[in-house]
Amino acid sequence: MIPFKIDGQPVEGRDGGNVLEVAMDAGIDIPHLCYHESVKSYGACRLCLVEVVRRGKSKMTTSCTYPVMGGIEVFTRTEKVLRARKMIIELILAMCPGDKLIQDMAREMGVDGVRFKKDEKDCILCGLCGRVCEEVVGANAIQFAFRGDRREMIPPFQGEAMSCIACGACVIACPVDVIGMREEGDERTIVRWKRTLKMKKCKVCGNYFAPWFQLEKFKEQAKLSKDFFDVCYTCRT
Amino acid sequence: MKIQTKNDLEKTREEGLKSLYPGAIKISVGMATCGLSTGAGKVYEAIEKEIGKAKVPIRLERTGCIGFCQREPVVDILEPGKPRIFYQGVTPERCGELVEKWLEDRVVEDLLFCKMEKEDRILEGGVKDYAIQKIPSGIDGTPNYHQVPFYGKQLKIALRNCGFINPDHVEEYIARGGYFSLYKALFEMKPEEIIEEVKRSGLRGRGGAGFPTGAKWEACQKAKGDRKFILCNADEGDPGAYMDRSILEGDPHSVIEGMIIGAYAIGAHEGFIYVRDEYPLAIQKLKIAIGQAEEAGLLGGNILGSGFSLKINLFRGGGAFVCGESTALMASIEGKVGEPRAKHIHTTESGLWDKPSNLNNVETWNNIPIVVSRGAEWYSKIGTTGSKGTKVFSIVGKVKNTGLIEVPMGATLREIVYDIGGGIPDGKKFKAVQTGGPSGGCIPESLIDMPVDYDQLTEVGSMMGSGGMIVMDESTCMVDVAKYFMNFLKSESCGKCTSCREGTKRMHEILTEIAEGRGTTDHIELLKELGWVTAEASLCQLGATAPNPVLSTIRYFQDEYEEHIINKRCPAKVCRALLRYQILSDVCKRCGKCIKACPAEAITGKKKTKKEPGEAFKIDVEKCIKCGMCFEACKFEAIEVE
Repeated sequence: MIPFKIDGQPVEGRDGGNVLEVAMDAGIDIPHLCYHESVKSYGACRLCLVEVVRRGKSKMTTSCTYPVMGGIEVFTRTEKVLRARKMIIELILAMCPGDKLIQDMAREMGVDGVRFKKDEKDCILCGLCGRVCEEVVGANAIQFAFRGDRREMIPPFQGEAMSCIACGACVIACPVDVIGMREEGDERTIVRWKRTLKMKKCKVCGNYFAPWFQLEKFKEQAKLSKDFFDVCYTCRT
Repeated sequence: MKIQTKNDLEKTREEGLKSLYPGAIKISVGMATCGLSTGAGKVYEAIEKEIGKAKVPIRLERTGCIGFCQREPVVDILEPGKPRIFYQGVTPERCGELVEKWLEDRVVEDLLFCKMEKEDRILEGGVKDYAIQKIPSGIDGTPNYHQVPFYGKQLKIALRNCGFINPDHVEEYIARGGYFSLYKALFEMKPEEIIEEVKRSGLRGRGGAGFPTGAKWEACQKAKGDRKFILCNADEGDPGAYMDRSILEGDPHSVIEGMIIGAYAIGAHEGFIYVRDEYPLAIQKLKIAIGQAEEAGLLGGNILGSGFSLKINLFRGGGAFVCGESTALMASIEGKVGEPRAKHIHTTESGLWDKPSNLNNVETWNNIPIVVSRGAEWYSKIGTTGSKGTKVFSIVGKVKNTGLIEVPMGATLREIVYDIGGGIPDGKKFKAVQTGGPSGGCIPESLIDMPVDYDQLTEVGSMMGSGGMIVMDESTCMVDVAKYFMNFLKSESCGKCTSCREGTKRMHEILTEIAEGRGTTDHIELLKELGWVTAEASLCQLGATAPNPVLSTIRYFQDEYEEHIINKRCPAKVCRALLRYQILSDVCKRCGKCIKACPAEAITGKKKTKKEPGEAFKIDVEKCIKCGMCFEACKFEAIEVE
């Protein structure tokens, strides 16, 4: 374990780890939106900015992408950091004024209103859904498309996400809950990706419990027996 | 033939010299993109036809750009014992006259541009004297190449061969000293010695950031790894900048030679040239050059018989400005989306495919053979304390002479704009120079005597960038300029970081508000705050430098912003929404030209005829779309713009 300091408090992080995860473990609160422990750090939302002093030089950087290094000193609430975070949350709020989480975070950071024209977007472009889909699920059903202010997270060619297995991992990962999942009868729909798939019926209770595609993919990836998913999670345990 | 020994290299040089100076008349046509776009292709064909008719043998060659792009197509004639003659603005129709007169020992005076009596051979450190015995009639008044103001203050190191060799002939490159530096590096120097030489030369990255090249090489050489990569950044995306394109089109071997020397010093055996697909001619020239170098044993396996091998691959970029950023460029080569990543671990340690990688820009690579051949001591005498050597700039905009120039570091903006550029056309007043591409800044007149180098430019809120230089005069609106660049950057940001994507978008939005008369006094402070966050909080250099156009124009031209915001006036008369067109009734002759020209039917009045005096002309402000058509159409200056 590598020792360093956050806000004067001695902490330790694993080799290859990042400053944000160490801070969270130590109970030090750093706001963040695009970080999730199950995927690689990305550094898109820029909310987890901190100041890092290394070899006497200070620089502002995102804590989720900053690797654990011996002897560094991290400051999470300097005037500079708070000033930058405040503007960033205002920018996100202007982009997605309807998102509850963003409204709450903005209020906490002292942002009452926005000084920009309000957009009508809901997605904060953190990319977590796409990264979870790629790195955890392995389905690669969605990806960022276009550049700059036209950037969007979409299925290929803005149509139905043909590789989506409707597992719902993205729905759970989304910090602002704008993807949407619906189950009706024997069908599950991932609303944002326009994907509707048939579900499998449990042999014991008779309930539809998960999409066929998802179960097949999981069976293949985890090398499970052919009949493993004949029974739903509840009935198996 | 395979070049394996120094003797082979010397022999090839002899061949090249015969090709460069064939002992007969040789006509060269500048056929880089600038030449071709003004019709050099047709000129070449026309000369070819004329040559067919001539009774003496005449050789016709294609060459690169000699820098004065504005005067293209440029044609030069070289004949033993005579001064070399450069013609400008040649058209196919004039080619017959051009050849005929030369054969009669005369010149076409109105096309004459300059003459040359000796040629600089910067790589070898000497001159090639044309040993003039005979002077064709009609060239007395023509200035010598170095007396032409455009060239007088230039020092061509990077552009040494552009316009003088046929880039498709490797032996011509060798004849002007090419690949001798490679020989010296491979057989007379250890890798550490080369790195030391580059370090001592003071060469800094020409791609924009100005990182010391030697230090970068050293870090990559010392990095642990079985496989290392050498990369060339030819993804030149700045609007109006084409330094790298010209080098690649006119002298591709200089870049390849630099890369081989670098690869040998660092210990890399594989390289990539990342060139934007919008440069088809550069790609073609590079392909030919790589093929020739491989065939000659200068590239590929067992280079010059030294046992050192290097494979150089060409990678064509898909047109994203952000791919000029080092990590985005590497991601793109890896087949991923061209998005930058955090660089807490340097690319010299973990770059392309997580292997130690050394990325330099085209012009940096092109400088390496010079550093090796002339030595660090010679090289470091050129330039300022912190910036050594020369820099190529593409000088464009509101300036008389536009084109590609190369000056020693430390040349002042005044020398560049007035001596080389010839000053501002149409008697207008100079306002600012924008340097460093879209994320550079605007430098005002008060700083015109500032020496141009990396540190000075950064200090005044701009940057060297890759070398774009846009001159602006009093008819340029600084709010409009900032808006233009912000529009470019908001579209070319990769969009990953909130601060860059939303920051540039909102800055553009506010600038639009100001330009359209809806600006408020809070806007200037808000722009400054947005600029600060975009620069400080974004991941890569695109974001870090993106606010420069806004911040530098506010810094030096805040009064112009205030005019827009408070008085709703655009002093340069550019921002259309703030313009008012009106007809001066005492000047108006009631001719009716403006009514015809107006697409919005906003002008009323009755035309004056022989019988009737007509009715006063008026512009309906509500209907007027401020297109300026009436202003253009009026012959009596009766339309006033306020």
